[in-house]
Amino acid sequence: MLTFTTQKKSTKKLANPLLIASLLILGLTACSDNDNVEAPPEEVPAEYSYALTLTNLTYAQPLSPAAVLLHGDAKMWQVGQAASVALEKLAEGGDNADFIALENNLATATAEGPTLPGTSVTVNISTMDPAATYLTVATMLVNTNDAFSGLTGVDISTLTLNQEKSWRLNAYDSGTEQNNEAAGTIPGPADGGVGYDSARNDIDLVGYHSGVVSKDDGLSSSVLTQAHRFDNPAVKLTITRTK
Amino acid sequence: MKVIKKSPITSTLSVLALALASSTTMAQELSITVTNLTQGLHFTPVITAAHTSDNHIFMLSDMASPELQAMAEGGSISGLASVLTNADANINENPAAGLLAPAMSASFNLTNDSSNTHLSLAAMVLPSNDGFVGLDSWKIPEEAGTYTVFLNAYDAGTEANNELRGSGAPGEAGMPVPPPLDGVIGTNGTGVTDMESNNKVHIHRGSLGDSDMSAGTSDINNSVQRWLNPVAKLTITVQ
Repeated sequence: MLTFTTQKKSTKKLANPLLIASLLILGLTACSDNDNVEAPPEEVPAEYSYALTLTNLTYAQPLSPAAVLLHGDAKMWQVGQAASVALEKLAEGGDNADFIALENNLATATAEGPTLPGTSVTVNISTMDPAATYLTVATMLVNTNDAFSGLTGVDISTLTLNQEKSWRLNAYDSGTEQNNEAAGTIPGPADGGVGYDSARNDIDLVGYHSGVVSKDDGLSSSVLTQAHRFDNPAVKLTITRTK
Repeated sequence: MKVIKKSPITSTLSVLALALASSTTMAQELSITVTNLTQGLHFTPVITAAHTSDNHIFMLSDMASPELQAMAEGGSISGLASVLTNADANINENPAAGLLAPAMSASFNLTNDSSNTHLSLAAMVLPSNDGFVGLDSWKIPEEAGTYTVFLNAYDAGTEANNELRGSGAPGEAGMPVPPPLDGVIGTNGTGVTDMESNNKVHIHRGSLGDSDMSAGTSDINNSVQRWLNPVAKLTITVQ
C-alpha cells in the first residue's frame, strides 16, 4: 500500500512539470509562427554545475580542505615533474589558498574544513565559462610530510546532466619534503608541526607515495604510529553534473 | 616463455578464434609510454612484447621460468627476448637505454602482427631480490584510442628477500647493486630472511627496509625504497 501511494505521488509530481513544459513548447511554436520579423533570441550563456563528493578511505589520515578547480586543458602536476610552489604548500601544509589562486583557474571551490577518515564532503562548483571543462581536485593526507591525493586535468566536457562518474584515487608524494616523519615536520594532529617549508630536500619530482613507515614499523625517529599507515586507494571521488 | 598447455577442445577453439581474428584485424601501430610511478625504485631494462593470446612471460601462482628468474633476480632480459623471438612476438627492449629512474618515463613504438593480440611487459625493480613490475598478457584493444594500465610489483618466488647487497646471478643470494643504487642503499645488514617459502609468482609483499645505512637487518632504506602499488603506469595509444 505504502509503495503504491509513493509511486502515485511521484507520478503526479513528474506529470506537472511535463505538462508545463509541453505548454511552453506549444506556446513558443505558436509565437514563432505568428511573428516572422523578430530577431533571433539572444543566446543566454549556459551555466554548468557539478557536485563533487570526496570520501576519505584511510584509517587515520584526515584530509585537508579539498581544492576543486575547473580550468582549460592543463595538468597541475605530473609524475616526473617538479611540483609548483602552490602544490607544495598544499601537499606539505594542507593550505590550498595559493592552489586555488592559480592564474589559469576558471572556477574554484574549497571544502569548508578537513575531511576525517570514514567521512565524506560534498563541494559544489559552477561556471558559465565554456572553456572550464577540465577538473582538478587536490587534498593533503595531513599526518604525512608531503602526501596528497587527487586528480588533475580530467576532461569532464562529456558529462551529461545528472551523469555521475567515480574514481578511486591513489596517494602522491609532492617530492618536496623528505619523508622523515620527524617531530615538528607534520602539520596533522599526529604532530602539530610545521606545514610548508620552502626548502626542497627530497627528489623534487612528483611521484606516487611509498607509504609511511611509522615508529612501530622500523623508523624509531618517526612521530607516526601504525595507525597512520595507509594504502592505495586513499580517496574516493564522485562527480555529478547537476546543471 | 611459458606456453600454457590446453585441452584439444580449447586448442581448437583458439585456432578458430585466431582464424576469425586474423580475418578481421590487421597489424596495429602502438605508441607506448611506461612511467615509473615510484620515487625510490629503479627499473632495469624494460622488455615489452606483443604475442599470441596463449603465451605468457609470467603468470600469478605459477612457477617462474628460468628466463623470468634471470630478469627478476638480475635484470637480464636476453632470455625472455629469445623465447619471445622464438614465439614470433613483436618485441621492444630497453626503451630507457638503461635503468628507468624514479618518476621517469620511456616511450617507444611497437607494431604488432595481427596474430600478436596480447601485450606483456617486465622489468626488475631495484632495490629488491627478485621483485619485478609486470603486465601479463593484456588484450590489445582493436579500437583506436589511448588506454591506461596500472602495473603492480610482483615477486618471482625464486630468491629469499634478504634485502642485502649481493648478486644478480640467478640462484645467488642478495640484490644486484648497479652504480646509481650504490650510494643510496645501506651496507652490513644482517638479513631480513633466508627463506622463500612461496616459490610461485605472487604480488610482492613490499620491502621491509630499515633506517640504518650501515647496520640493521636490511640494506634497503625504509623511508625511501618501500612502495605501494601500483608502481608503474602504461599508456598505450592504438593508432
